[in-house]
Amino acid sequence: MMNDTLIEVHGLTKVYGKGTIAVEALRGIDAAVQKGEFVAIMGPSGSGKSTLMNILGCLDRPTDGSYILDGEDVSRLSKNELARVRNRKIGFIFQSYNLLPRLDAIKNVMLPLLYNGENGKSEAEHRQQATAALELVGLGERMHHKPNELSGGQQQRVAIARALINDPAIILADEPTGNLDTRSAEDIMQILHQLHTNGATIVMVTHELDIAEHAERVIYLRDGEIISDKEHASRIAHLHNGDKR
Amino acid sequence: MSFWKTLKVAWEGLMMNKVRSFLTTLGVIIGVAAVIMMLAISAGAEADIADQINALGANLIMVMSSMQRMGPGMGGSSASLTYSDLPVIRDNIKGINGVSAEQNTSQDVKGGGTTLSDIAIVGTTSGFVDVHGYEVAQGRFVTDQDNDRANKVAVLGYDVAQELFGDTNPVGQSVTLGTVKCTIVGVMEEKGVVGTTDYDNRIYVPITLVFKKFVNSRFGGTNLRVVYVSAESKEVMDDVMSQLNTLLMQILDTDASAPGFTMTTQDSIIDMRASTTETFRNLLSWVAAVSLVVGGIGIMNIMLVSVTERTREIGLRQALGARPRDVQLQFLMEAVVLSLLGGLVGIIAGVGGSWLFNEFGSMRTVLVTTSIPLSFGAAAAVGIFFGYYPATQAAKLDPIVALRHE
Ligand SMILES: Nc1ncnc2c1ncn2[C@@H]1O[C@H](COP(=O)(O)OP(=O)(O)O)[C@@H](O)[C@H]1O
Ligand SMILES: [Mg+2]
Repeated sequence: MMNDTLIEVHGLTKVYGKGTIAVEALRGIDAAVQKGEFVAIMGPSGSGKSTLMNILGCLDRPTDGSYILDGEDVSRLSKNELARVRNRKIGFIFQSYNLLPRLDAIKNVMLPLLYNGENGKSEAEHRQQATAALELVGLGERMHHKPNELSGGQQQRVAIARALINDPAIILADEPTGNLDTRSAEDIMQILHQLHTNGATIVMVTHELDIAEHAERVIYLRDGEIISDKEHASRIAHLHNGDKR
Repeated sequence: MSFWKTLKVAWEGLMMNKVRSFLTTLGVIIGVAAVIMMLAISAGAEADIADQINALGANLIMVMSSMQRMGPGMGGSSASLTYSDLPVIRDNIKGINGVSAEQNTSQDVKGGGTTLSDIAIVGTTSGFVDVHGYEVAQGRFVTDQDNDRANKVAVLGYDVAQELFGDTNPVGQSVTLGTVKCTIVGVMEEKGVVGTTDYDNRIYVPITLVFKKFVNSRFGGTNLRVVYVSAESKEVMDDVMSQLNTLLMQILDTDASAPGFTMTTQDSIIDMRASTTETFRNLLSWVAAVSLVVGGIGIMNIMLVSVTERTREIGLRQALGARPRDVQLQFLMEAVVLSLLGGLVGIIAGVGGSWLFNEFGSMRTVLVTTSIPLSFGAAAAVGIFFGYYPATQAAKLDPIVALRHE
């Protein structure tokens, strides 16, 4: 079932800096993510989670190794081509929401459409799409609010709507609940859970075991290497608690 | 990204900081306004010169005696032109409008119950009106006959007539110049000040009358220092001058080694003035160019600040799919929009300023229409030139680093 593999990385390494100050953030990662999977990446601070997410998100290129995303080898693409892949195939959700403060919710959601010139849709269709995305995350009533008029949870929901707008192949979330209180975090996880149920592929970095519980599978990193994969969060509590100490 | 979308995004960026955007454009506004006003001022100066040329009578040749008449003990032969030579010149040179000479004095003037002190009295000949392109409004001008007989007649300049006689017709009345009582035979049209000459504030009389009554004529006193010859057109100037050369040497009985006169054309004087205006204009252009460059540096400065402030925004846009080129165009567009807005406001300010100068200031200005597209284009060029570096810096940002920027 090769056809169902969305992400495939082999021998992925990332080295920051050169010579004596070189930091090996990833040391040969081999992993695959199937379409429709909900994967959590865990691991102690500095283990390479963000580095891996950046490469998976085509924001950065690996030092070595291969990365095939949706059947396309993206590990050696140019900056312009990477930008296209990010626009069409990836929906990002950041820990700090990253909304533009001067734009209202709907304009923020429409931002990725700005860089998707050839989709042949009119401005009105774009608005419709954005409205639908906001309704999906339960913010149909708040479309014209600026970020500073929204709570953290609501801002993160706007960010999710923005991640969905180009109908991406995969949603990448780096600690999406890191800045939120427990209740808002639970709301966000409900939405991600719903998206997953509807067939979305999600890869999410998290520090918290109970957040990782929502995923079907946890990839556990330590010092740039995968030390556990394909387990449910409940089975890796020992790793997590061990590293916390 | 399409042009309009880029423009829209750039506009949103600028509106984020309205006051700052406005202050940034101020440099360009001043630069563009300066370009337009300075060109208008120098065009005004040129128009003044052109008027002067027309007023003096176009294609004027000045013949100046370079030798004083010899003393009475030296045989009485004359090496200087006299009044009686003027008809000879007029009748023998082809291609001229007129010949005239002037001998000025300054006298207190009484007439119509009023006294004016120190009025310029211009002794001249009938050709004066042709040479200067000047017209009589009422009555007549000084005639050859007046000069032959040194008639005590006077023609008043417009202002003098107004001041002495108000609205009543002065023709036929009398005016006393110093101690000489003259009959007024004419009043000149209003001509105004040309260069340093106030035509309207003078009285015109026969040149022979001046020689006879006013100028201390120790040496016989009828020799002319300057004779004005007006050629019909620019094309015949050289021909007229060579005819004059031959004729005058005949009259004066001199030869080319010491002709006894020199000829100057108005052109040489105009050339001198024109080169002064040109120097002036070049200077002004530099000032304008420098202020535009300063405006551009202001834009660059603010764009660099803006790129730094919005590093996170740039990172986000890149993450959402903006190519380096999209980012570059967005910031370049902001710089160009700023400079074009500055250009637009500057054009309005420059045109308005030129008009105000002309209406209420002491300087004449003539709006140079080409300066509008020129300065607008210059503003655009400034925006592109000074926006390029900050925009390129923005495009070079690494998305991960930019996203992590605080
Ligand atoms: N831009 C960078 N330059 C140098 N070292 C980096 C850079 N980014 C991350 N690192 C290093 O790489 C390792 C992995 O970092 P990161 O992927 O951020 O870990 P995590 O997200 O799991 O906390 C760390 O040792 C970190 O110091
Ligand atoms: Mg991290």
